[in-house]
Amino acid sequence: MRILVTVKFVPDLQSQRSFTEGAVTRTGDDGTMNELDENAVEAALQLKEAAGEGEVYALTVGGDDAVAAVRKALQLGVDHAVHVSDAAVAGSDVFGTAKVIAAAVEKINDEAPLDLVITGMAALDGLTSMLPTALAAELDWAQLTLASGLTVDGSTATIVRHLPDAHETVSASLPAVVSVTDEANKPRYPNFKLIMAARSKPVTTWTLADLGIAPESVGAGAARTVVVDASPRPPKEDRTVVTDTGEGGVALADFLIERGLA
Amino acid sequence: MSTVAVLVEAREGVVTQPTFEALTLARTLGTPVAVWIGEEPAAAEAASLGVYGAEEVRVVAVGDEARLPAKAAAALADATGDAAVVLMISNFVNKEVATRLALATGAGVVVDAAGAELVDGHVETMQTVFAATWNVRTRIATDKAIVGIRPNTTQAVPAETPGAAIVVGVAENLPEARETVVALEPVPAPEGVPLAEAPVVVSGGRGTNGDYTLVRELAELLGGAVGASRDATDEGWISHEHMVGQTGTTVTPALYVACGISGAVHHRGGMQASGTIVAVNIDPDAPIFEIADFGVVGDLGDVIPQAIARIKEVRGA
Ligand SMILES: Cc1cc2nc3c(=O)[nH]c(=O)nc-3n(C[C@H](O)[C@H](O)[C@H](O)COP(=O)(O)OP(=O)(O)OC[C@H]3O[C@@H](n4cnc5c(N)ncnc54)[C@H](O)[C@@H]3O)c2cc1C
Ligand SMILES: Nc1ncnc2c1ncn2[C@@H]1O[C@H](COP(=O)(O)O)[C@@H](O)[C@H]1O
Repeated sequence: MRILVTVKFVPDLQSQRSFTEGAVTRTGDDGTMNELDENAVEAALQLKEAAGEGEVYALTVGGDDAVAAVRKALQLGVDHAVHVSDAAVAGSDVFGTAKVIAAAVEKINDEAPLDLVITGMAALDGLTSMLPTALAAELDWAQLTLASGLTVDGSTATIVRHLPDAHETVSASLPAVVSVTDEANKPRYPNFKLIMAARSKPVTTWTLADLGIAPESVGAGAARTVVVDASPRPPKEDRTVVTDTGEGGVALADFLIERGLA
Repeated sequence: MSTVAVLVEAREGVVTQPTFEALTLARTLGTPVAVWIGEEPAAAEAASLGVYGAEEVRVVAVGDEARLPAKAAAALADATGDAAVVLMISNFVNKEVATRLALATGAGVVVDAAGAELVDGHVETMQTVFAATWNVRTRIATDKAIVGIRPNTTQAVPAETPGAAIVVGVAENLPEARETVVALEPVPAPEGVPLAEAPVVVSGGRGTNGDYTLVRELAELLGGAVGASRDATDEGWISHEHMVGQTGTTVTPALYVACGISGAVHHRGGMQASGTIVAVNIDPDAPIFEIADFGVVGDLGDVIPQAIARIKEVRGA
């Protein structure tokens, strides 16, 4: 079983997240591997362990700091780490990012075929959930997205997909792109041994030239959407917190009635 | 005026409220046409789309086949070749459809939009991000634009002059897909208003201890839907469809009431853009109070029944 997991470097959810010149600020100590990508790493490690053989790659696309995302994946136990870093990638939209990831997947696939690419269901910075579909289309592989369960049997992958109107079971032949939800598994914690081992593991760094991608076909210039304004929302005024000393429910009701909400 | 296509969402054959919201928005961007993918619509449903301005109802009669995003996107591409803008309701499935449609047509996409307008011939969208702590305006630079619009962000208003709502069939030309739906287990339709489109949401978390009686009663009284935190759905106290948050349903009701919910960032990400936020929590330091317009520090078992009684009393008076 050969699996590649995509991991994104995002601002920590608990930090003060912000925009700089139309893009999410992704620098410094407040960045981390996207939390939902822990579920992707876990899914890959479990499949490898169940198969008793195989290799797991972690791949990230982003600036210098993004290497922290693949380092985290190494601590969790993946075998190889790849960081695609090139100034020309900055400002890419989902289609640019998918193009870059697809080229890296194909490069690894050319060395020895991959069975699966596993991604998180969403990056918790933009929350668009578009990359997995774009990547499957770009690779022309099957798309098995929003998996809350994943099994592989021979050359077929099957997922369970919980949609508001139905629970679907969807199958496809390998290779496939799978995105997993946070229901899919419980991510493991890195243990001391793996943390130590991860320190000395190499990270392969590729540029666009290594992937044969023309710089002008990705990045801000090729993006189909442009952030023209980003501003923090003013904090709410008129906030009230009362302590219930026997009349809290009445106060709550009166507030709703006054606002025309009850 | 250019054509603005709206992908219709129907539940058991009935057009949903967010579709009417999207049509209302479409009228400000051009000439609305509705695209219906699935079973043939009933005449009354097609007519209802006209009430909100649809000049045409384009039907791609492919039944259940369009469950796969690749097929739905192909059907939509066939029906929207002339459209400058394609609007759809922002949800997990439509994000996948939008992505495929964009790759097929070269369009730019924004999902989770809270509004859209034309500026110098380009579509610009408004969104909130980072758990609704930032406002973002995005320009779609391409000639063709795809926008996923969040329910409850536009008020549905019937058109002054109804659209003709002429039903036209679109030849279906669906490609083979690499995926197969091997089993389908329908989820029963929610009682009352679905979460994503409810004007009021009353949610219960771990603080309910598994008893949703009070939460349901208040929701019913206010004409709203019942929501939950992930801890509550993980406990099996209430089904997963009720989960509000970043990995559950994103809601933007006029009123959100959080009962016994701490306000973790994952939860806030799915509700912080709500109009008015009310919280009841026994812990004065619960983070939910940082974003609440009105908070009561107290036991929900005391506060909620008293609030219900008071509302009934005032209404009865
Ligand atoms: C990747 C990831 C994604 C996640 N996605 C989501 C998501 O989409 N949605 C989501 O909700 N969570 C999500 N979570 C979980 C989230 O981090 C929190 O754990 C969860 O929201 C907490 O639920 P809670 O507020 O019900 O429970 P708690 O945090 O335990 O809070 C319970 C609250 O109830 C109060 N309380 C107790 N008794 C009473 C009483 N009698 N009366 C009044 N108040 C009382 C307590 O003071 C406490 O503040 C996610 C987590 C991860 C890691
Ligand atoms: N720049 C990136 N590098 C690596 N993986 C990414 C990147 N962007 C998105 N992904 C993957 O795609 C998933 C969905 O992201 P998104 O579509 O941006 O919400 C994430 O959970 C990641 O696994």
